[in-house]
Amino acid sequence: MSVDLKTLDVAAVRKDFPLLSRILHGKPVVYLDSAVSGQMPVPVIDRMTRYQREEHTNVHRGVSTLSQEATDFYEAAREKVRRFIGAGSVKEIVWTRGTTESINLVAQTFGRTAVKAGDEILLSAMEHHANIVPWQMLAEEKGAVLKVIPMNDAGELLLDSLDELLTERTKIVGVVHVSNVLGTVNPVKEIIARAHAKGVPVLVDGAQAVPHLQVDVKDLDADFYAFSGHKLSGPTGIGVLYGKLAHLEAMPPWHGGGNMIRSVSWEKTTYMAAPGKFEAGTPPIAAAIGLGAAIDYLEALGLDRIAAHEHDLLVYATERLTGIPGLRILGTAKDKASVISFVVDGIHPHDMGSLLDGEGVVVRAGHHCAQPVMTRFKVPATTRASFAYFNTRDEVDVLVSAVEKAIELFQ
Amino acid sequence: MSDPRELYQQVILEHNKKPRNFGKLEACTHHAEGHNPLCGDQLDLTLVIEDGLVQDIKFQGSGCAIDVASASLMTGAVKGRPVAEAEAMAEQFRGMVRGELEPGAQTPLLGKLTLFSGVKDLPSRVKCAVLPWATLHAALKGEAEASTE
Repeated sequence: MSVDLKTLDVAAVRKDFPLLSRILHGKPVVYLDSAVSGQMPVPVIDRMTRYQREEHTNVHRGVSTLSQEATDFYEAAREKVRRFIGAGSVKEIVWTRGTTESINLVAQTFGRTAVKAGDEILLSAMEHHANIVPWQMLAEEKGAVLKVIPMNDAGELLLDSLDELLTERTKIVGVVHVSNVLGTVNPVKEIIARAHAKGVPVLVDGAQAVPHLQVDVKDLDADFYAFSGHKLSGPTGIGVLYGKLAHLEAMPPWHGGGNMIRSVSWEKTTYMAAPGKFEAGTPPIAAAIGLGAAIDYLEALGLDRIAAHEHDLLVYATERLTGIPGLRILGTAKDKASVISFVVDGIHPHDMGSLLDGEGVVVRAGHHCAQPVMTRFKVPATTRASFAYFNTRDEVDVLVSAVEKAIELFQ
Repeated sequence: MSDPRELYQQVILEHNKKPRNFGKLEACTHHAEGHNPLCGDQLDLTLVIEDGLVQDIKFQGSGCAIDVASASLMTGAVKGRPVAEAEAMAEQFRGMVRGELEPGAQTPLLGKLTLFSGVKDLPSRVKCAVLPWATLHAALKGEAEASTE
């Protein structure tokens, strides 16, 4: 990559994150858990606070200046999301509570319409529960079958079998763009092209991709693309479902209530066009505005610079952790985001997580809501360090030293 | 507890490395499986209860050091005791690691098991320590499964 790493001023960026100044168990906090939830920078927090303090009212209601202002801010955030992921129209951007709700929305509207008894739903072996359970629930209801694209020991999907797995009964493919456990960046553009060649639509779970990659849904030709605000330096409680307009227009509404209707009588209700028909009730307005501010923040830093810095951390951390005897990294795909899952001989990941916590190092330890991935690699859980643009090589060194201390204690 | 390392005392580390009463009693009278959905830990507990006493007890499964050491020490502590006493110990242990009972005066049956009292300062690990005791409680009640959810 030709990007100059020095152009991302990490020391300055770190000042935007007050949490990084915290002391945990007497040690400076080292936050290596951005894959579970990204930290919000001060400009995002301030933007949400300003809305709450000075601008708050409901949206799409009333004729007051305040109501119009709030609506404008809220819809401007939708436009920022549209631009950020390269969608053609804001009509294709549905606000949800997060990735999980986005996927449930597709399963419960598109899925319930399209999937019948005996049909097949094709998922990858590295999905997390959010892109398994909604489909499993649908399959059980409809008498459909879940099929799985297998992966190799490096954590790469085995696409040789894809054309065979895609049959005339396949009604949808669900695939994660970046694995939350393995860090694998899947070739979703190729998967989508091959599914489309057989007329099968594809939903991409992009929760872990949007913080690391420049995503262009048009270039990918994704039918659906789901992600959350809180992994993108924005707040929790807000997420996005991108859907091709033709799909969204054909899909029935899901939640019924205020704000998603054209008219209601005791005899009949008619619904708004997309995306309104999927957005019943009062939305998380401050969170949507906050997500818009997060996108502004990331774009100002430069997504290329962020990617280059995170790649540098990934390479450095991989090299340092690989040097620890008894430590094994799960997920060694050629194309990988800045997520490292590992296990250490004789130390359960939960113990490792607690011991790292004692050193101020915040990681995730557990099955990462991806139990089938744990089963595939024959481990009960892993310890996962995930790096963001505000992390440094020094923090990788703290992680390595903390892991070595834990190993020493258990010897 | 200022440092989670304090919990990892030698006794806990040693029992994790060499758990006592590990295995399965084929001719058991009581049996239960414990699950911690948070982390996927599993525990399989088998007991022989005769004349109201825990005559024998074994466990197997996979879990973290806190879970394994808790199961190892628990099986050693309840073996040979009356069932009612084992149940009372489970109650005292649960109360202690949740910070509801002071180790010592309020947990007279626990003896050296009070070394788990530090778990109360690591709320995320309370379920790991409690899983064996929850499984014991289920087995004694004739229930097949216990969950810490």
